[in-house]
Amino acid sequence: MTPAQNLAAPLLEVRDLSRHFGGLVAVDGLSFSVQSGAIHGLIGPNGAGKTTTFNVISGFYAPTHGQVLYQGRDVSGMKTARLAAIGLIRTFQGTTLFKEFTVLDNVRVGCHGSAGAGFLGRVFGTDREIEAKARQKAEDLLEFFGLAELRDEIAANLPHGHQRTLGMAVALAADPKILLLDEPFTGMNPEETARMMELVRAVRRRGVSVMLVEHDMQAIMGLCDTITVMNFGALLAEGTPDAVRKNPAVIEAYLGTANHAA
Amino acid sequence: MRDPGSRAVAWLLGVTLFAALLVLPQVLSYSQREILVLLVINVLLVSSYRLMTLTGEWSLGHVVLMGTGAYASALLSKRLGVPVPAAMLLGACVSALLAVVLSFPLFRMKGFYFLIGSFAAGEVVRLIWKYFTYPFGGAKGLKLIPSFPDIGPVSFFEPQTYYYLCLAVVAFSLFLLYRIERSRIGLTFHAIHWQDRLAESVGVDTFRYRMLAFVLASFFAGLSGALYAHYIGTINPTRFDVEEMVYVLIWAIVGGTATFYGPIVGVLVLTVINEVILRALGLDTVRPMIYGTILIASVLFLPDGLESLVPKIKRVIAARRQGVGDPAGTATPPRTPS
Repeated sequence: MTPAQNLAAPLLEVRDLSRHFGGLVAVDGLSFSVQSGAIHGLIGPNGAGKTTTFNVISGFYAPTHGQVLYQGRDVSGMKTARLAAIGLIRTFQGTTLFKEFTVLDNVRVGCHGSAGAGFLGRVFGTDREIEAKARQKAEDLLEFFGLAELRDEIAANLPHGHQRTLGMAVALAADPKILLLDEPFTGMNPEETARMMELVRAVRRRGVSVMLVEHDMQAIMGLCDTITVMNFGALLAEGTPDAVRKNPAVIEAYLGTANHAA
Repeated sequence: MRDPGSRAVAWLLGVTLFAALLVLPQVLSYSQREILVLLVINVLLVSSYRLMTLTGEWSLGHVVLMGTGAYASALLSKRLGVPVPAAMLLGACVSALLAVVLSFPLFRMKGFYFLIGSFAAGEVVRLIWKYFTYPFGGAKGLKLIPSFPDIGPVSFFEPQTYYYLCLAVVAFSLFLLYRIERSRIGLTFHAIHWQDRLAESVGVDTFRYRMLAFVLASFFAGLSGALYAHYIGTINPTRFDVEEMVYVLIWAIVGGTATFYGPIVGVLVLTVINEVILRALGLDTVRPMIYGTILIASVLFLPDGLESLVPKIKRVIAARRQGVGDPAGTATPPRTPS
């Protein structure tokens, strides 16, 4: 493979992916790819299999058929922690944080991968430099996300919007190449949504590709370069926000046709 | 973070405690010294148990891992002639090794299922000791376990000298346990406890860390078992049954597990109540009942354990020092290492 081809290869690719739960086919022969540097949306009506796809990509479930390729390498069924170590980081629906920790400690846990040290080094304190670096990195990230003032606050005491921002900071501390966001705009008011959209763009400017699953059409249309639409576990449409918005199949899946209307 | 005043107070407390621990056996009777040795061993046992609970998993097999250390150390020294100090360390290693093996089935479970699983695994190990007369001595267990060798004129057969030995070993072990908890390893254990899925998503191999906590806890439990075996000279499967485990749980719960010192306070207070006060009252037969009552009372009235009294006492002292009280002056110590 020449370097030029390598450059054009997608960062993340899903090939003919299926996931069954007993008799239920949640994802059925889905294929799509996420280009490096893109903000890529995955949408679909309720029950379309978005979250299952997300969970298969991030290693929570193994695929029944098909493959997940990351940087051209088959990572299907690899454990979440291993995927994280090679730069594929996911976030969770709602606020998932270490709520009893301080804001700074939340981000310090996120630095897990870059703050490696041996057991004896940890016990006898020779990891001091590594830890100082991790702390600095955590503080820089809090600065970046505008949470520096709250560093010593317990995470549970933060307002909802700040908690979501902190979730992004924790994920970014793990040095992602691609960040998978699971419904980042759920339960947000328009103002918070606008701020979160700005954060996602800022994350991309740091060189991190983003893939997100979302219900909020407004946000996703304004944010994504490419959108993949799923329905009944399969690919329905793919393209730029404009193309997807005008696609009759997408409109039908979301709103139904005159024939199906009750 | 601390002001120099409170640092000086902490140092003063530390030195006083150290001196008191050194002088303590001189002021106690012979039988009290024997209890003191067991108390020091139990401090290590319950502290190692706390390390395990940091990841959020409560085990019912911890005293069996203590017993594993005891049996391994006793057998190594008795049957193979390994010198006792080396046998003790090897015994602790055998305990850690058993924890490695048990991790694979046990950490497929969490919470309540882990609790029951650890109980079952512990019983299997214990019944192996009971069933096989060779080499474990069956239900009667092992007798005539070699005692710690004399060093020059110092005989470790005496409770007093064995106490100093245990004190040194336990103090060093507690130092290691404390350092582990304050390091990133401890932070990661706490993180797994509160949100294991989030920890995993940023690259923490939760299985490996749960295993690490279990193995470290078992190593120190095994060490406490070895200290016990070579002191008492005889061990049997009943010594490490679930009733003993319940005592460990009571120490940990009554003391509280949020701080490093909580379980130690628990075992100290309950041992003093059990061995000094109740013994003096001659209430031997109803002691388990009183123990149970203490557990229920502490869960009802001190749900965060005896350790939760410490910040309260600090606040009272601070308020008194400032004349008119400023109860918010001293914050509660953070639960997480920073």
